[in-house]
Amino acid sequence: MDGLKQRIEKAVHCQPQATVTILSSLLAVEDELGYISREAVEEVASFNRATINDVWAVVSFYPNFRTVPPCEHKVEVCWGPSCHLVGAMPVVASVLEAAGLEDEGDTPDGRLTVRYNTCLGACALAPVMSVDHHLVGRVTPEKGNALVSRVLNSQEERAG
Amino acid sequence: MAASFAEIRDQAVERWRSLTDSQTPWIRVGTALCGQAAGAEMVADAILEQLEKQGLSARVSRVGCLGLCFAEPLVDVLIPGQPRVVYGNVGLDQVPELVASHIGGGQPLADLVLGCLGDEVGDDLPDLQQHPMKVREQRIALRNAGHIDPLDIYQYIASGGYEALNRALTELTPAEVLEEVNASGLRGRGGAAFPAGTKWRFLAGSNAPDKYILCNCEEGDPGAFNDKGILESDPGTVVEGIILAGYATGANHGYIFIRHGHDGPIDRARAAVDQAYDLGLLGEDILGTDFSFDLEVALTGDSYVSGEETALMEAIEGSRAMPRYRPPFPAQVGVFGKPTNINNVKTMAYVPEIIARGGEWYAGIGHEKSTGTAILCLSGTLNYTGMVELPMGINLTEVLQEIAGGVPGGRKLSFIQTGGPLGGVLSAEAADLLLDFDIFRAAGAILGSGGIIAADEDTCVVDLTRVLIAFCQYESCGKCFPCRMGMSHMLEVLERICRLEGTSDDLALMRNIGENMQAGSLCGHGQLGFNPVASALRYFPDQFEAHIIEKRCPTGRCQVPHFSPRLSRR
Repeated sequence: MDGLKQRIEKAVHCQPQATVTILSSLLAVEDELGYISREAVEEVASFNRATINDVWAVVSFYPNFRTVPPCEHKVEVCWGPSCHLVGAMPVVASVLEAAGLEDEGDTPDGRLTVRYNTCLGACALAPVMSVDHHLVGRVTPEKGNALVSRVLNSQEERAG
Repeated sequence: MAASFAEIRDQAVERWRSLTDSQTPWIRVGTALCGQAAGAEMVADAILEQLEKQGLSARVSRVGCLGLCFAEPLVDVLIPGQPRVVYGNVGLDQVPELVASHIGGGQPLADLVLGCLGDEVGDDLPDLQQHPMKVREQRIALRNAGHIDPLDIYQYIASGGYEALNRALTELTPAEVLEEVNASGLRGRGGAAFPAGTKWRFLAGSNAPDKYILCNCEEGDPGAFNDKGILESDPGTVVEGIILAGYATGANHGYIFIRHGHDGPIDRARAAVDQAYDLGLLGEDILGTDFSFDLEVALTGDSYVSGEETALMEAIEGSRAMPRYRPPFPAQVGVFGKPTNINNVKTMAYVPEIIARGGEWYAGIGHEKSTGTAILCLSGTLNYTGMVELPMGINLTEVLQEIAGGVPGGRKLSFIQTGGPLGGVLSAEAADLLLDFDIFRAAGAILGSGGIIAADEDTCVVDLTRVLIAFCQYESCGKCFPCRMGMSHMLEVLERICRLEGTSDDLALMRNIGENMQAGSLCGHGQLGFNPVASALRYFPDQFEAHIIEKRCPTGRCQVPHFSPRLSRR
């Protein structure tokens, strides 16, 4: 695997689309690394002839950008109105419980990120959550709990 | 030398015939976001696996959304000479039998069949066109959704795609194209319902050498998924609509704007753009004429406000998605400082059919000044949830009770929430309205983007209002402080009302905050931010009184928040 710096450079310099901006460069880095490192902020600034401050303004605006390395897995749970009406809150509670978290965030061992989402786009199949970017509809608290447990166990097996 | 359109079309028709007339069965699996959420990708993989295992041959395509999201995963089987059969709620464990029986034995698996599509209906099988969600549909923008492979431009062309563009470029002047759109009475489907022809005329009136067409698929409204649904199901109609808009207004650049992370719509839109370039339908000298147009897919980060037209331009330029002051308006100074026109995905999706069939044809559908169809996303406590395209003028109560099949379990409908979180709520009684932009507006609701979320009698309206404001608070971009602080303050008040700790001054306090937000915010987010509370208060004053004065939640369902979304965007 390339070093961090090479991966950042490749992501920033090899964007396929014609319009390259600070935001597009940051999204490219996020796709590659899963987060925006300090080096990435510097690279994006220099590539876009902008200041660190300009880049940081964009990073800090969009909540999809992380500034620390990602956990191995990511679970998102929707709490938007469609999902709320058909039982999102018990799903949120059950997912947090299975992850051992009080609120959205990373587990201390860095294995799982739980994030709230305001709309995952499959409202007709609410409540909706996603596990490592795969959508799951009509989630129950039991199913949410089981999905999180399965994700955590799969990692344990690999590690063991 | 590029092929002529006639050659491209012949090739497309030939390819389509080989799909529909050959002896090889064609299996279509709906894999739009709704299908994905129901596990359709796994079902498609399982079908491929079973075909191989059972030594059978069939073509498998991953298509878009037929609209019957409640029955996802949908599997649609076409065996030449037999009726086209659609299966609903297909589970992984049912795939082996389905493949063996239908593909292997030519015998549909009757228990799983949702119905037949097309002119032929099988013996003892229901006609899917007669399903409550289908029977009153009139599909214009969704005409190809669920039928064609969105990753194959030839299937779009074989279904009549790019005929309108070819005709426009060879037979019509830009002014004539604009006139057709004007005559159609097409109004913007993004929320404001502004006449598209008028908007296009603003841009056409500018002599600037560089002009832009933006197509907005940000679609952050919870409960709305039709923009993403169209791009996932039939990106070709959107791309063709944008090129026609460019021709009519003299613009040469375009962007389709989508939120990062929605891979289905993004990948399918990109494929439709790339393939259009390959066939000479985009780029320099389109179809051998002297009209040139470039189109690109641009992504934004997570930000609801980036769907606002000027914030969207900031995001395309790579900055924080915060709205700009107006004037100058986008038609004078838009993205990269150039004159710009912005339309929603749905608006663009209608354009090819309007040019193909004429503005008068489109204007003949619908109700008064709301011409054409409404593309509704039905979600919440309804029997049939999904995406339907209905002529304007149908009664909303009929939509909820008949087309969507009413509320499950014999419970009663209490209220609905339309037009995104800022659209507010309507009581079930007040939902006796015709689908019409102006009638909705007069009732204090927004038809807007077509999201309709239904809530049954077990739902607490005060609690849902809290969730709507929690959303608005989380998504305030923070530029205008009345919105940034007002949303937070209003959320605090609603949280304490839900905890039964509200005081008799709280309603006046929220009104005061709402007035300040309306007067002091640059965009609709703050200006309309009080709408959810105002509309809930209007229809359900007794519910608020019960919480504040009697200290009880009448439904007993108030879900006191055990998490609070971030109070500001970092």
